[in-house]
Amino acid sequence: MPTLCRDCATGYATDVPLSECPGCGSTRQISHTELACLSIAHIDCDAFYASVEKRDDPSLRGKPVIVGGGHRGVVAACCYVARIKGVRSAMPMFEARKRCPEAVVIPPNLEKYRIAGHAVRALMSEVTPLVEPISIDEAFLDLRGTEKLHRASPAQTLIKLVNRIEAEVGVSASVGLSYNKFLAKVASDLDKPRGFSVVGKSEALAFLADKPVGLLWGVGKVLQKNLARDGIDTIGQLRHFDESGLVKRYGSMGQRLFHFSRGEDSRAIEPQSETKSISAETTFATDLNDPEELLNILWRLSEKVSGRLKAADYAGGGITLKLKLSDFKQITRSRVLASPTQMADALFRHARDLLQPELKNRKFRLLGIGATRLCSPNQADRPDLLDPKQQDRLDIERAMDAVRKRFGGDAIVKGRSLDRQK
Amino acid sequence: MKITIERAELLKSLGHVQSVVERRNTIPILSNVKIEAADGRLTLNATDMDLDMVDSVAADVQSAGATTVSAHTLYDIVRKLPDGSQVQLAASGDGQLHLSAGRSRFTLSCLPTEEFPVLSGGELPHNFSMTAAELRALIDRTKFAISTEETRYYLNGIYLHRAERDGVAVLRAVATDGHRLASVEGPMPAGVDDMPGVIVPRKTVTELRKLIDESGDEVRISMSENKIRFAFDNAILTSKLIDGTFPDYQRVIPTGNDKDMEVNCRQFADAVDRVSAISSEKSRAIKLSLSNGLLALSASSPEHGSAEEEIEVNYQGEPMEIGFNSAYLLDITRQIEGEIAQVSLADGNSPTILREVDDASALYVIMPMRV
Repeated sequence: MPTLCRDCATGYATDVPLSECPGCGSTRQISHTELACLSIAHIDCDAFYASVEKRDDPSLRGKPVIVGGGHRGVVAACCYVARIKGVRSAMPMFEARKRCPEAVVIPPNLEKYRIAGHAVRALMSEVTPLVEPISIDEAFLDLRGTEKLHRASPAQTLIKLVNRIEAEVGVSASVGLSYNKFLAKVASDLDKPRGFSVVGKSEALAFLADKPVGLLWGVGKVLQKNLARDGIDTIGQLRHFDESGLVKRYGSMGQRLFHFSRGEDSRAIEPQSETKSISAETTFATDLNDPEELLNILWRLSEKVSGRLKAADYAGGGITLKLKLSDFKQITRSRVLASPTQMADALFRHARDLLQPELKNRKFRLLGIGATRLCSPNQADRPDLLDPKQQDRLDIERAMDAVRKRFGGDAIVKGRSLDRQK
Repeated sequence: MKITIERAELLKSLGHVQSVVERRNTIPILSNVKIEAADGRLTLNATDMDLDMVDSVAADVQSAGATTVSAHTLYDIVRKLPDGSQVQLAASGDGQLHLSAGRSRFTLSCLPTEEFPVLSGGELPHNFSMTAAELRALIDRTKFAISTEETRYYLNGIYLHRAERDGVAVLRAVATDGHRLASVEGPMPAGVDDMPGVIVPRKTVTELRKLIDESGDEVRISMSENKIRFAFDNAILTSKLIDGTFPDYQRVIPTGNDKDMEVNCRQFADAVDRVSAISSEKSRAIKLSLSNGLLALSASSPEHGSAEEEIEVNYQGEPMEIGFNSAYLLDITRQIEGEIAQVSLADGNSPTILREVDDASALYVIMPMRV
């Protein structure tokens, strides 16, 4: 059976797995009959935010770490030590603290994770152009046809890649290797952290048979409940139905259920699509309805989005305002701008126009603003004959940006962004 | 109702009204044109609720009556009929209009005329007349600057108002989109003591422009604060006005631009057009570099390369550089009919004025852009 060392990527064939790699003596090995011919992978960093924090503060190693925050916040990430205590991603903060009172809670530093995420993605892109990111820390990789380039099988290339991520970025990642996206994604979750799992064609059907339907992509709580009501709990049970029957019962999902349950997934790996929008939002500690307070928050969000636009060298040709009412109802309002902008001032003015008619003395729990229709900033913020003060406002903002660049983000702020309670 | 009419006559009249009808309509009756036959004339009426067009044409009316049918379908049919054919329209009250011409026969579904909305004119207290040529001059030289920006809806039309030049009343038309501004004036028509400043919407301007070419020499204009009517010999266009305040445009017309350049307008426009072939599709930016007696136009783009052209001009000021959107420059030079254009500049970042030399009736302002 083909075997690879997970540390030195040495490959050898063996009938009986050896306990140690003949090359380097490592005990971390992976054997699979199809190891040499599978080439679709899913790579997922392990407890990414928490790993980055541990990387940067060695005193955290061995301790349970939760990244998240605020009274109403949720767990953004938790390390494996915290997971042992029952902490999970997306769990409300108070619940997480209850389960693991000794956890070190760190407020998220998204900028830091973004940089680390980009470093990971850059390494992925070095082994294949076909990288489809799903989030900041996970992606699908299509390694078909890379054997000659790397003089290595996809599995070998992947081993070298995750080892490089660990060495150069300082976070560990788990690999799922299979023959399609769905199974690669399922596989990467089997052996976390620092895992390498393979689901081959020969075993896919048996592997899936007794797994819960919730494992399938797109099967959420509601569909799972509906399936259970119809007596379907496992993926194997789905195979008793023909395609048209499933479609009749579960709509367009039926088709997916039919194929996924048979280990079939024809979706291609689409390389990174261009950034479509840049946005920022915030959930309030308590629901708000004071217009002044909402506008102050809107200003801070506008500055945030503007900062990201400037950093990414984009301008927004459209703007979207997102609101969530205290009853969780969501409202979005958008407009197309006559002249694209990357300025906080312009984003704020447009968002304010969109916000004002929605206030109606209602209470809000979330406010967000996004720049859409991204384009080059080359001809953004064109001077406007009818708004002669626009130029002054642009000059002020550019001056503020220059000060911040030199003395830090808080060196100069508008009065509006000062919290009155502080 | 039963009438016979020459195809070309009907087509021309339909052509005036059918473009008022929006392609997509949620209210079925708004897709229809109202056809009314009486006293030897056929009257066609279409509306989109903001704009109402009535056009009438002589016809052989065998029996009077009225109905409504799909404007675009009827137009499409008449357009495709052979030239010179006689068209017969007959409605017998069975909800159908029968159209026949030569050996073609069509049956069209009708909607009752009672459903057809009437855009009531209301009181239109301000009345005056002007020649079609005068009105055309105002529209043609300002229309290009109308804004399409929805958030500043009050810029989506031509601002028509009474103004004064050297103590004499003039009728002035202004349009701007914030990047350029056009201000054109003509003599104040006789008999107007006061009139409200009105913003005529873009669509109305477009429809009006078509009528001017085809419907006679004299236009009778009547208006109130919120409606305007243009009456020609055989056509009447009634439109709502944009309910908003046009910005104080006088404030944005620079007064201290002291660097004057005079240039042959045709030469300048041709050079701009050639050089802009290289500028990027999106920005259309070109650079003007001025020095004593010489204007150098240049453009460059990472994809296409670069271009340069020089023309002799009358310029004695300091050397300076300024960038413009070439499409905007061409829009403006197209409006200048005289031989020499005058460009008045302040500096590379300030609004610039273009006009025909020795013609105070039209003035264009253009914002520079970074190049």
